[in-house]
Amino acid sequence: MGKKELSPNLETVPESLVQLAVADKLINLCRANSLWPLTFGIACCAIEMMGTGAARFDLSRFGAEVFRPSPRQADVMIVAGTISKKMAPGIKTLYDQMPEPKWVIALGNCAISGGPFVYEGQYGIIEGADQFLPVDVYVPGCPPRPEALIEGIIELEHKITGWRRWPKVKPEWREDNNT
Amino acid sequence: MSLTLLNAAVAVFIAICFVGLNAAYLVWCERKGAGFYQRRPGPMENGPWGLLQPPIDGVKLMTKQLLIPGGVDKAIFMVAPVLAMFPALISFVTIPFSKNIVAHPINVGVLMIFAFAALGGMSLLVAGWGSRNKYAMISSVRAVSQTVAYEIPMLITTITIVLVSGSLNLSEIAASQLGGFWKWNIWGFQEAVGYNILMPISFLIIFVCAVAETNRAPFDLGEAESELVAGFHTEYSSMGFGLFFMGEYANIVIGACLVTILFLGGWSSPVPLGFFPFTDHVGWFLLKIYMIIFVFIWIRWTFPRTTIYGLLNLSWKYLIPISLFNLLLTAALLKVF
Ligand code: SF4
Repeated sequence: MGKKELSPNLETVPESLVQLAVADKLINLCRANSLWPLTFGIACCAIEMMGTGAARFDLSRFGAEVFRPSPRQADVMIVAGTISKKMAPGIKTLYDQMPEPKWVIALGNCAISGGPFVYEGQYGIIEGADQFLPVDVYVPGCPPRPEALIEGIIELEHKITGWRRWPKVKPEWREDNNT
Repeated sequence: MSLTLLNAAVAVFIAICFVGLNAAYLVWCERKGAGFYQRRPGPMENGPWGLLQPPIDGVKLMTKQLLIPGGVDKAIFMVAPVLAMFPALISFVTIPFSKNIVAHPINVGVLMIFAFAALGGMSLLVAGWGSRNKYAMISSVRAVSQTVAYEIPMLITTITIVLVSGSLNLSEIAASQLGGFWKWNIWGFQEAVGYNILMPISFLIIFVCAVAETNRAPFDLGEAESELVAGFHTEYSSMGFGLFFMGEYANIVIGACLVTILFLGGWSSPVPLGFFPFTDHVGWFLLKIYMIIFVFIWIRWTFPRTTIYGLLNLSWKYLIPISLFNLLLTAALLKVF
């Protein structure tokens, strides 16, 4: 993917003077369990994101259903959809407006690598959110199912705390395919 | 009741604890309630039944970067959240939870609560003005016009109750309704209110105004996400936002207390049984306010948001004329009976 250009904000936030390991762990646990996403969807994957928040899948079980409309109050940016070149500056601005600590989830093939819109000579889209954002978790699929987004959020919690809520499930279909 | 220093300190401490706990756990109730109205469980995984969610959110908000955007009016920007929380706290000083549980019964308690409610409206204006954001500005103008519009019918209807009970003291207003649910001001067919059968309607008016005063759905025009980003607290991160949130829930509790005291008999038990130990107990008061808060949450997750015109029309064209007429009628009927 080449060199990632991180937002300048990441480097300007000073480290805390007093380092307390236990308190840090506790704070990280709290941060991981109250991930408020930013309300915005760019393409079809956003529909799946809405589905994740709705009754059947219920993102709120993990305390992550508080979709904040203002970037100042959001913790995680879910890039849900195709990033057109026209939209990218707006997304970058939104990311820069979020206060630290902040995370990015790339939802769907479009946000990972451009998805179905990549072909020779394409001029309209950016091939992956990681071209201009520091992405923490990639959720593949076109579109990913809501369970996949929930798994992505649990994976992000894993990344923040170093502790996983539930053990990973080995996908069954792969074994069938291999034999 | 003499207000010694220790007395005052204890009262303030209890008030802060009550408000803080209420604000935190009403958020939990709200999220749980939202879940149940939408047929999903709501917060479940963090603690039993998601009960740890409010402290977790609190710690997260406190440890988030407190961002002051460039170009804002710093003093005003920082004062606004405190201004949102502070009047709500102060108002608890005069609210009587029962005959004895009241920090300081002021003889113009009603007036004081309305005065501080107006200060709460100002905090919205200041927040929008200070944050140098056009959405926040529009939203705060909306919120203030709404607060002003709904304060008028609320005040006029409160005057009706003041006429009936002849006092501005909240304790006395509540005490005048003791002795069974048929003595509560919400019922029109009793001598105390001059057989004014419009009493249930004035209860409705004050209830609607209480919902609108606290800027809650369906009247949360100030926070219309689809038009105004996040409303007047668009630029607030971290605990600045947290304080606005807590202030909102504290205001809800105050609105519920006010409705309970004015119309539902305060701490009076529905049936007066002399030998029953819980007659006229603080438990009744808490039961009533939490039932009203439950209805607030119910309304919020049931009705869609109105338009700003619908909102202002409701107040200026219906609520104010009706409440004026009601005031006139009550005064006349009290003279007759
Ligand atoms: S990954 Fe597929 S579903 Fe998602 S935005 Fe792209 S095209 Fe749409």
